[in-house]
Formats: sequence, structure tokens, C-alpha cells
Amino acid sequence: MRDQDWAIRVENLGKLYRLGTQDRAEENLVSAIVGALKSPLRNYRKYRSTYDFRDVEALGDDAIDAGDSGAFWALKDISFEVKQGEALGLIGSNGAGKSTLLKVLSRITPPTRGRAEIQGRLNSLLEVGTGFHPELTGRENVFLNGTILGMRRKEVEKKFDAIVDFSGVERFLDTPVKRYSSGMRVRLAFAVAAHLEPEVLIVDEVLAVGDAEFQRKCLDKMQEGGKSGQTVIFVSHSMPAISRLCDRVLLLKNGRVEMDGPTHDVVSAYLTNERPNSAQKQWPDRATAPGGEVARLCAVRLMSEDGAVSETFDIRRPVGVEIHYEVLKGGCSLMPTFSLWNDEGINICVAVDQDKQWRGRPRPPGHYVSTGWIPGNLLAEGVFSVNVTLWTMAPVRRVEFHETDVVAFQTLDTLDGDSARGDFQGNLPGLIRPMLRWTTATDTVRAANG
Amino acid sequence: MAREILEIPIIRIEPPKRWEALNLEELKNYRDLFFFLVWRDIKALYAQTVLGFAWAIINPLVQLVIFTIIFGKVAKIETDGIPYTLFTAVAIIPWTYMSGAMTSSAQSLVAGQNMLGKIYFPRLIFPITPVLAKLVDFSISLILLIGILIFYGVTPTLNLLLLPVFLLMMIAVPMTVGMWLSSLAIRFRDVRFAMGFAISMLMYSAPIVYSASAIPDEYRLIYAFNPIVGVIEGYRAVLLGSDIPWNYIVPGICVNVLLLVSGAIYFRRMERVIVDVI
Repeated sequence: MRDQDWAIRVENLGKLYRLGTQDRAEENLVSAIVGALKSPLRNYRKYRSTYDFRDVEALGDDAIDAGDSGAFWALKDISFEVKQGEALGLIGSNGAGKSTLLKVLSRITPPTRGRAEIQGRLNSLLEVGTGFHPELTGRENVFLNGTILGMRRKEVEKKFDAIVDFSGVERFLDTPVKRYSSGMRVRLAFAVAAHLEPEVLIVDEVLAVGDAEFQRKCLDKMQEGGKSGQTVIFVSHSMPAISRLCDRVLLLKNGRVEMDGPTHDVVSAYLTNERPNSAQKQWPDRATAPGGEVARLCAVRLMSEDGAVSETFDIRRPVGVEIHYEVLKGGCSLMPTFSLWNDEGINICVAVDQDKQWRGRPRPPGHYVSTGWIPGNLLAEGVFSVNVTLWTMAPVRRVEFHETDVVAFQTLDTLDGDSARGDFQGNLPGLIRPMLRWTTATDTVRAANG
Repeated sequence: MAREILEIPIIRIEPPKRWEALNLEELKNYRDLFFFLVWRDIKALYAQTVLGFAWAIINPLVQLVIFTIIFGKVAKIETDGIPYTLFTAVAIIPWTYMSGAMTSSAQSLVAGQNMLGKIYFPRLIFPITPVLAKLVDFSISLILLIGILIFYGVTPTLNLLLLPVFLLMMIAVPMTVGMWLSSLAIRFRDVRFAMGFAISMLMYSAPIVYSASAIPDEYRLIYAFNPIVGVIEGYRAVLLGSDIPWNYIVPGICVNVLLLVSGAIYFRRMERVIVDVI
């Protein structure tokens, strides 16, 4: 019998992960050989350390929080309850722990601590088309994917016509999926997913693919599910989708629940406070700045060619990303990098410092500013956030600091006609918008000349 | 209706314990998935080949020809008076199945790692699926075996009734190997390389090209601890109508059951943490 009206109950859930394990570089031949002989044992320990956290937990929570243990909490002290029929949204910046929480609730990865209970049949959609095989026909893949998602064969049979109808690929049902266009494949996969009828549904950002029309169809279908008493947990970077689907939202930050409340309140708090909307961020206090004994991050700034700090850029002009950091211990060769993310949470690129002066060379202590220039006419219009990472390449390879969503900027197209959109005035999709060199070959010129 | 309300399942998610009981009930609930994954394996295996399922006959046939020439004609191995081709055919057919199923079962988690990170279903399905899928190849290769039996005029005896025992034993061997090695293979790609020579070592560890009677008496018990010996000798006795060599079969079954159960428990222990280990 269903006791109480809860569907999901999470109590003090925590999950530890190890930070990138270090490989020591050997200094001479003898130690290299000894190292190589010992490596099977070392590899085995490393293997165990990925799932066995007893050593870390023995150090106590204070040591883990201080970052001394080589592990960090991807999730910590997560507690919440979802009522039956409620739609809960999960938001937060990249690396806040949303995906990890979904994976724990989906039973893909176990928690290190705490517990969760789910009452009712559970389906999780972290990806569409899981298990699709290119050699099988559309029909066979519907059955395979449906059973992978947890349906029984009879259920798939019953819903088969509806699935095919929803996907719009009925003519190609007996064609191997490898001959499908990627759009058709996504539509078929979505159609299967949309016909799941579990009591509890967990959905990750899967709606980010597929065309706008199809996305709307899927959102409608999910809303229908909500009305019929289905409990939903939905992760998205798209605030409109969250606002439309969810009654209540959980804001995660650094693996912890930062805010839990009605959708409107949490979304607006997130948009005003959480999202970095400034063009610079500083860490004036060295002791608390990201980094360790080798280097500490001081500031990150976005600037235009004329040196002005800005958060809005003309799409045709370059954007400078300045990383200010202090090297405290000399002798390490460092590699500053940053990555760009768009507002759908898609990683546009990772940029690695190529400056010849310091590449592969040990740096003496001092203050450094590494600047990477994103060329004009490369990014699409939109909002981009920046993650910065400083790597040590030698003598050991490791991450000195890694900060997500540090700064953000917006690109604007003034429609003057000399940007990559040319004379096109409408909505132009695409992750990037580079200016291409175009040529035209024709025989009319020759005809005109002759 | 009332029944349905009673059946609302509660999923409990907790940190992994060191050892957990097997959940065969859950495995049963996923039998439809089993069916379609096996189907996928079978269909994908021979996709875009000209000969298709004929490969299931060609592979053992070529091996048979090579063994007959090298071990039968050149080395003239003692086979207790049985024609060499017949002697080795009854062993090669089950061995081809076992070695193929072993290899793909050990690699099953590596091959399915994309799925591992995206969806939950009992992980035990991964190593078991190829073991079942390869049975199709095995059944087809039986045509070759039956042809050879008829050619040599072998008449079936009552021994044939014991065939299911050896069929089960034959399926249990690669399943055991898969359970022990698949979770290890996901972290250590060494498994794939070690598998190649382990298979050929295993082949010579069992009486496939030679007769078990060549093993000195004092080593027979140790020899019989290898479950493959029991399977091969069992097949030989069942198909050719010689005495059932229980002294090889019983120790083999015991070892196999022990390894299978412990392998399943080990797999159960590893399955929840596999994703974090990739």
C-alpha cells in the first residue's frame, strides 16, 4: 500500500569523487624501472580508490571540505521530498551536482552516504536513444530501446502505433537506423521516451536536441504526464522550460541545496544572483583564493580590444579573457586554459595558452596575466560563461585551480550587414557563427565579357 | 485493482555494502530486455557479411581440417582408436562456442559502457547476453557435427539423454569467466590482450586435440578441476557412446558451480561502482 503521498524522499545524500589522480614523473632510469615494476600494484590501488572512500572518510569532513584529502563532495547533505504528482526542477550552474544527483536517483552510480527512496515505477531519461543499434531497423530499435527504458514487450506492442505516429518516420520503419538522418533518429528515440508512463520520471537536459517544433511536442507530452499524477524531476538550463513544467525548483550550488521553493522565486533568485553577470571577478584574499601552494587565482576579466572591461561585445569584435594569477612556488611549468559555455550548457570550446615565451618552461614566482583572445566573427549571438583552469604540466601533472562560471558575456549583432549573417535578418541558429570566405564560379561572367 | 495498489514498488538507494545478495527476481523482470539484447547481438554480428550464418560453420570447419592434418596425420596423436576427425570434431564444436562466448562476455561491459552511464538495469545482463547469443552460432554449427557423426556411421546411444547436463555445463563456463573478468576489463584494458593467449592456453589445457587418457593417473584429479575438461570429455562420451567419465565430470561441475556462484557475488559487489571506475 502506498504510505503517505511522497514519491521521492532523499535524506542526507552525499557523494564523494576523487580529484584527478597524480602521476609522478620519474627522475632517473632506476626509479623509472622500479616505478614500472611497481605500477601494477599502484594501478590496482588507484582502481580501488575510485570507489573505496574509507580512507578519505576516515580523515573527517573538515579535511574533505578543506580539500586536503584529494576528494571532494559532488553532492553533500542533500535532503528533500517530492510529493506524488509534483514536478520538481533542478537548476544550478555547471558542476553544481545536478547530473550527479540524477545519476544517483537513477541508480547509475551509488551514493557515498545517506539514502533515497523512490515509491513507484521509475524511468530515467538521461539520454535519448540509449542502446540504439545502427544495424537494427526502426521497428526493432523501438522494441529494444523501449525495453531498455524499462517497458515490457507487451507495453511496447500496445503503444507501438502511437510511438510511430508521434515520430513521423512510419515509412522507414523497416530500414536499418544507420540509413536514417540524425533528425529522424532523434525523433524516433524521443517518441519511445515520450510514451513511457512511469509513476516517477527523471529527465535530464534531453530536450536540448531536436527541432523547436518537436521540443514543444515533447514538453506538451510531459505536461500531460504531470496532469495524470506523474512525478517528475527535470533538469534544464532552459529557464522557460523549467518555468513551464515545474511547480517547485531546487537550486544546487557546489553539491549542496542552495534554495528550495516555488519555481518563480528560485528561478528569479538564480538569474539575479547565481549567474555570473559581471565581466570581472576578483579574489582579493590570497588565503581563500582558488589554488594551492603552487599558484592562486587573483582575478578574471573580460575586455575589449581597447582595454575596457565589458560584458557586452559586438559580435564582430574580439573578446579578451584575462586570467590574473600569482605563482607562489617557482619551478613549475604551467598551462592556463579556459572554456566557453553557452546558455544551454553546451561547451563551445576549450582554449589552451599557446604563448611561446612560457610554454613548457618553469615559471619563477610572481604575478602573471595570461590573456586569450576570442576572435570576432566566431561566436553566435547569445550569452556565454567562462570556466578557467590552471594546469601544472611538470614536474607533476595536476590541476592548480578550476573555477566554473567565473565571468559571462553577451554578444550582439548590430545588423550592419558586415557580420557573418550578411543580409539575413531573421533568427539564425547554430553554436558558432564564423565569417567564411565565399567565392562564386559562373559562366555568365565569361558570356558577358565575350 | 486492489492487487495493483499493493504492488507499488519502493526503490531504496543506499551506499554500496561490501557484499550484497543476488537479486534474481529483478533479473526475471527484465527478461524482455534480455530477449531484445540477445536479438541485437545476433542480428548485428553478421550484418553486412556475404556468408552470414555460414560463418558459424566455416570457423569450426577450418579448425577441424587444420587439426586433422596437423595432429591427426602429422603428429599422429593417440585417440583410443577413434578416427581423428570424429574425435576432435565433438570437442571443437563446444570449444568454439565456449571460447567465443568467453571473449565477448569478458568484454561485454567495455562494449556497453555508454549504456552503463545512462540507464539502470541489472548489470548482470551484460555478461550473460553474449553467452546466450552465441548459442545461435552453436546450434548452427551442430549441423556440421551431425553431418560428421552420420558420415562416420555413429549410432546414438542412451548416453545422449545426458546431453542437457553438458549443455548446461558448457554454458556455465563462459558465464563464469564473464562475471569474473568483465568488471575488471572495464578498468584494465589488459584483459583484452590477456584473453587472446588465455584462450589458447585453455584450449591446450583440455582434451580437444589430444585424448585425456594421455594424462598420467596421478595428475588426473588436478586435471579434472578444469571444468572445460569435463565438458569436452562429457560431449565425447555422450555423442560417441563411450563410458561417461564421471571422474572428470564431477570435480569439474563442483569447481564450476563454486566459481559461478562466487563470480556472481563478486560481480554484484562490483556492479554498483562500475560507473565510477570507468
